[in-house]
Amino acid sequence: MERFKTGRFDGVADVIAIENLHIGLQTMAGQTPVLDGVSLKIRKGETACLVGESGSGKSLTSLAVMGLLPSGVLKVTSGRIMLGETDLLTRSKRQMRALRGSRISMIFQEPMTALNPVIRVGNQILEVLRSHGLASGKEAKRRVLDIMDQVHLPDVERIYRSYPHQLSGGQRQRIMIAMALILEPTLLIADEPTTALDVTTQKQILALISELQRKHGTAVLFITHDMGVVSEIADTVHVMRHGQIVESAPAQVLFRQPRHEYTRALLKAVPSLHPRSPRPEVSAPAALKVAGLGKTYASGGFLKARSEKRAAEDVTFQLMPGRTLGIVGESGSGKTTVARCVMRLVEPTNGAIRLGSLDIAHLPQGRLRDQRAKIQIVFQDPYRSLNPRRKIGQSLIEGPTNFGVAPEKALARARELMEIVGLSADALDSYPHQFSGGQRQRIAIARAVAMEPDVIVADEAVSALDVSVQDQVLKLLDDLQQKLGIAILFITHDLRVAAQICDYVIVMQHGKVVEHGTAEAVLVAPKHPYTRSLIDAAPGRGWDFGACREIAWPAAVS
Amino acid sequence: MTRTLGETDAVAPQPGVSRFLSLPGSTRIGILPAIAAIVLLVILAVTICAPLLAPHDPLALSPTNRLKPPSADFPLGTDAFGRDLLSRILYGGQVSLFIGLGTAVVSVAAGLIIGLVAGFFRLADAIIMRVMDAFMAIPAVLLAVALVAVHGASVVSVIIAITFSEIPRVVRLVRSVVLSAREEPYVEAAISLGTRMPTILWRHLMPNTLAPLIVQATYICASAILIEAILSFLGLGIGTETPSWGNIMADGRTYFLVKPSLIFWPGLLLSLCVLSINILGDTARDRLDPRMRKREG
Repeated sequence: MERFKTGRFDGVADVIAIENLHIGLQTMAGQTPVLDGVSLKIRKGETACLVGESGSGKSLTSLAVMGLLPSGVLKVTSGRIMLGETDLLTRSKRQMRALRGSRISMIFQEPMTALNPVIRVGNQILEVLRSHGLASGKEAKRRVLDIMDQVHLPDVERIYRSYPHQLSGGQRQRIMIAMALILEPTLLIADEPTTALDVTTQKQILALISELQRKHGTAVLFITHDMGVVSEIADTVHVMRHGQIVESAPAQVLFRQPRHEYTRALLKAVPSLHPRSPRPEVSAPAALKVAGLGKTYASGGFLKARSEKRAAEDVTFQLMPGRTLGIVGESGSGKTTVARCVMRLVEPTNGAIRLGSLDIAHLPQGRLRDQRAKIQIVFQDPYRSLNPRRKIGQSLIEGPTNFGVAPEKALARARELMEIVGLSADALDSYPHQFSGGQRQRIAIARAVAMEPDVIVADEAVSALDVSVQDQVLKLLDDLQQKLGIAILFITHDLRVAAQICDYVIVMQHGKVVEHGTAEAVLVAPKHPYTRSLIDAAPGRGWDFGACREIAWPAAVS
Repeated sequence: MTRTLGETDAVAPQPGVSRFLSLPGSTRIGILPAIAAIVLLVILAVTICAPLLAPHDPLALSPTNRLKPPSADFPLGTDAFGRDLLSRILYGGQVSLFIGLGTAVVSVAAGLIIGLVAGFFRLADAIIMRVMDAFMAIPAVLLAVALVAVHGASVVSVIIAITFSEIPRVVRLVRSVVLSAREEPYVEAAISLGTRMPTILWRHLMPNTLAPLIVQATYICASAILIEAILSFLGLGIGTETPSWGNIMADGRTYFLVKPSLIFWPGLLLSLCVLSINILGDTARDRLDPRMRKREG
């Protein structure tokens, strides 16, 4: 079978054609172009992927097509968006409203926020029919149940009556897709529709979109930052950067012979699923030893039956100095609970957490505080992990001064640390909002390193970053580890990232460790079926993006 | 690496404006808040300068000049005891505004501390909030009546009385802000850095509460001035020997048909003051709360 989709679209009619679209940001000073001459077309049944890093203008393009640009701020300065024979830019708001849903529709990244939490999902789909005046009564309900069936929701009658919070993330996204497709639009815009989902769910949703597309001949504009996803579903790929399309090519061509330098850089930054080469065993005593760790959340109590949820159960591992242990799993697997227990941000229910020679699992707060310097954490969201009201310098010296280091000395060290993490020392006088996400994550790492810890817990520390930035931050962590011999506990849902940095990997499911071993053993020759399904679901797993060729997997995997 | 200035969330504070407050966006002030600010400043200045401006002693009785119409000697006329109305209004403004500001400062300060503790320590929370619920169940004016009845009517007891009924509102506000802010990763990072609880409360949580508190303070200020006037009007406020806008109106009530200006002038100033403070409070809320801010081009 071919690795990439090879649909032929010669002579197929265009569904949508964006011609030389310019969008400007209205500011006091005048206009800054944010979209600069974007042209693309999508034909019937074609999937066009728009890829690029954050801020490249890909979402903006889709909003322009939907006629949903924030009015007053962003303005189309020139160009045309042709849907069949009509130029969407000349349509009135009312006409656009009639077109949305019926001819163009859209699915979003976060189905929970896109659905109304207080209306049953069935009625929300029904509303689409009703607002376009297309069906009512029994006929309408029949159509809703039919489309819910088409998106493979189980037990449609029950789900019809459910509220969004009663459904899983994947089911909610299916509801969104049902809503988008019930009127059989000719164009479906999908803006990062699987980014918030687990890999296994992502795989199902991607398959569903392809299936429905084949059935209805819908043109799909798929927006994503994930090259793996692109390689799975794209017929045509458009690479965007700084508001311009730098390269457009059929998927085949783009992945095998990328022409533009930026495309190549983007592909190179995609981490490979192939684990790093193993490093020698460490003979020193473990920096962190976790044994039988469990966390049970109890709810209910007064007037209510008590119920217990085991977020983590019998988790055991050890982390060697200068080595990285990855905890991998999908959302709800308990990996973050383990990280937070280890940091004592939540109280573990049972088990031991040995930091050096001391068990900190049940240490009282006062004595725990003395141990805090030895173990530090880097969080996922770089926008929230630094206090927006405090200067970088103040944030960096907070820890050391808590432990009696003189502020001047701590500041001098902070200056060195800024250089080490690749920022300039005068940034210490700035506030967090003056930095990009990647830079803030460097600062958060510097703050952790300033404590000279033995262990750093990185909780999804690169998940919110663009791939190229992700790559740099991973390299920084690796460098720091080699220089300072820090042990890293790396929590991630992304197997590619885990493969890049981890020496050892633990796979968690439903709060339990299902597989444990060297990165090589777990990722190349997984034993547990769950690990295997995770690896199978990783999009574009058979392709080495940097080298533009297939990966030869050992027989054990395939 | 290049810095990307202003590329991110508009919620972030501008450096250099203030360490604590985020005053984002343009510094343009609408016409209405500007008028409110000017009105308030003028009233403040005039009442503070009462000893210099007042033509008479506000307490000096003059039985021969009872209920005189405005004249050169008595610009707003006199009351039933022949006291100069203008002088009484000027001095009364001092008392009313002092009560307003005093109540605002005391209740915000007390509410802030209680709210921070309630928001951060779960055990304290349960106890504090039940006590606050109890406070809230008592109507403000009723509580004030009781306290004044026990402790006698003085400026301090009126401030205490009003403060008691305002504190629960401030506590709830602060608590709710703290409850959401304590989940922020930067607070958890501070815990991991070994920062002590009181420092975390003060350094990382308190600044989040300031913007809503300033807004709340303006409302408290305005409502305290009003409650004082109500109490005085009911004869439960400060004694007539200390003029306040409230008791000037209370005194004038009897002569309303003969001489409505006894109620009109203090009432007008009172309304202007409360209105201005409320307008400024609304403006502060719009500017400080990013969710309330409208998109600015």
